[in-house]
Amino acid sequence: MALITCDNITLSYDSRPIISDLSFVVSQGDYLCILGENGAGKSTLMKGILGLLKPTSGEIKYGDELVQSEIGYLPQQSDIQRDFPASVSEVVSSGCLNKCGIFPFLKKTQKETVKKNMDFLGITELSHKCYQDLSGGQQQRVLLARALCAAGKLIVLDEPVAGLDPVATNELYALIKTLNKKYNISVIMVSHDINGAINNATHILHLEHNDMFYGTVKEYITGEFSKKFLNINGGNNK
Amino acid sequence: MNIFSLMMSYPFMMRAVVVGILVSLCASMLGVCLVLRKLSMIGDGLSHVGFGALAIASVLGFSPLEITIPIVIAAAFLLLKLTESSKIKGDSAIAIISTGALALGVMIISVSGNGNADLNSYLFGSILAMSNTDMILSVVLSVVVLILFNVFYNKIFAVTFDEEFARATGINTELFNILIAVLTAVTIVIGMRMMGAMLISSLIIFPAISSMRIFKTFKPVTICSAILSVICFMIGITLSYIYATPTGASIVLVNIAALLIFFIIGKILKK
Ligand SMILES: Nc1ncnc2c1ncn2[C@@H]1O[C@H](COP(=O)(O)OP(=O)(O)OP(=O)(O)O)[C@@H](O)[C@H]1O
Ligand SMILES: [Mg+2]
Repeated sequence: MALITCDNITLSYDSRPIISDLSFVVSQGDYLCILGENGAGKSTLMKGILGLLKPTSGEIKYGDELVQSEIGYLPQQSDIQRDFPASVSEVVSSGCLNKCGIFPFLKKTQKETVKKNMDFLGITELSHKCYQDLSGGQQQRVLLARALCAAGKLIVLDEPVAGLDPVATNELYALIKTLNKKYNISVIMVSHDINGAINNATHILHLEHNDMFYGTVKEYITGEFSKKFLNINGGNNK
Repeated sequence: MNIFSLMMSYPFMMRAVVVGILVSLCASMLGVCLVLRKLSMIGDGLSHVGFGALAIASVLGFSPLEITIPIVIAAAFLLLKLTESSKIKGDSAIAIISTGALALGVMIISVSGNGNADLNSYLFGSILAMSNTDMILSVVLSVVVLILFNVFYNKIFAVTFDEEFARATGINTELFNILIAVLTAVTIVIGMRMMGAMLISSLIIFPAISSMRIFKTFKPVTICSAILSVICFMIGITLSYIYATPTGASIVLVNIAALLIFFIIGKILKK
């Protein structure tokens, strides 16, 4: 059985459907990139997958013994309240709490995970700084580190490269690829970077207001649907 | 120091100080998460419900805490559900419930003929209100509140900082919302006798707001809030003893002074 099965789902806000009759599956080890214009409903779909928003029809099923506490999540930045007194290490540590069960404190291995992920994202020197005083890109790194701490079988990233500089972007793509290939963590990533998606993902879900595509990267590149988008971006399919 | 030992030689003062310190600690720590989640209205609503329940208890001749605590906890569940369902409607719903409970309480007390003295002490607090059993129950309950808050501190932070993330990654946010609501309800009921129904929510709001003027990360804000709250309480109750002023109001005024000082220090530090 697949890790996540979306079966004919409709997601709505206040009974206004944002996504209708969408079906796709994410299997263990998949790397799914979700593309689409602003307002197409990508973040809404993420919330559906994470169980934050109940589908008004259809069903989202978790398989392969996936449980909620094995999911890492990077929300789109605009979703976080900005004026919150929290230090970088407090925020990153909160990503490990889902592994604690009812035990209220972080275990030693979890503290090491926190340290490792902060090192990796180059925010160790910031660890005592206040989250609200950081630059947008630095905040993004903090939330990424938190998402990495929480990830077990699946990581869900909503526009992870937004606000990152080119070096950090490349490093992040490399990291996600490692997580995916080496640790067999499935990835669902929302992105506006169509080339990054084609070069890294195994599957593409492209949402447009009245149209959609779901399939492997190869099908996407060779198919009709992607023509106009690939041309805008200078074409990567030569 | 002389005044202080004189003050503590009165048993009722002793009781008020012990319970007051514990309530200040509980309220200020819970206050940090309530204020950050923009739920401080709930504190206000609960204290008014508590007033109504207290009025009923006194008319029916029950001991006040035992009746009031379950009613206020039930109200906490209700208010939490209302604010979750919709932010704007939730706001008015809280106002409806809290003014309703207030009106009911005032009505019950005046009809039962206990007079204005009772009304006054319920609304604005009285340090004479607490019996020995009340004190023991209050101490036990507030120690439980403090222990639960500190044990679940990390998860309370996670749920407060980003509830969606916490829920998405498998933390039982529902449980922690309920925990916070119950702890708040208990704290309010315990503190209400001394501070009064109209003033108790100040203990929740002021220390948290003051600390956030100076500190910018969660743990220091919580610790500062707790210490500040106890200091303000001690100054307030001592002043009220010396000048024979109402206790609750004195404590609130000291808290306002602290807020002003913290505000100015915060401004200076920023430069
Ligand atoms: N909380 C909400 N309540 C009501 N409508 C919402 C809410 N959040 C989003 N919407 C609506 O749902 C639609 C899809 O929004 P969504 O955030 O999913 O888009 P998106 O594809 O993630 O866009 P972007 O690329 O800008 O992040 C938009 O039209 C938006 O107005
Ligand atoms: Mg989005």
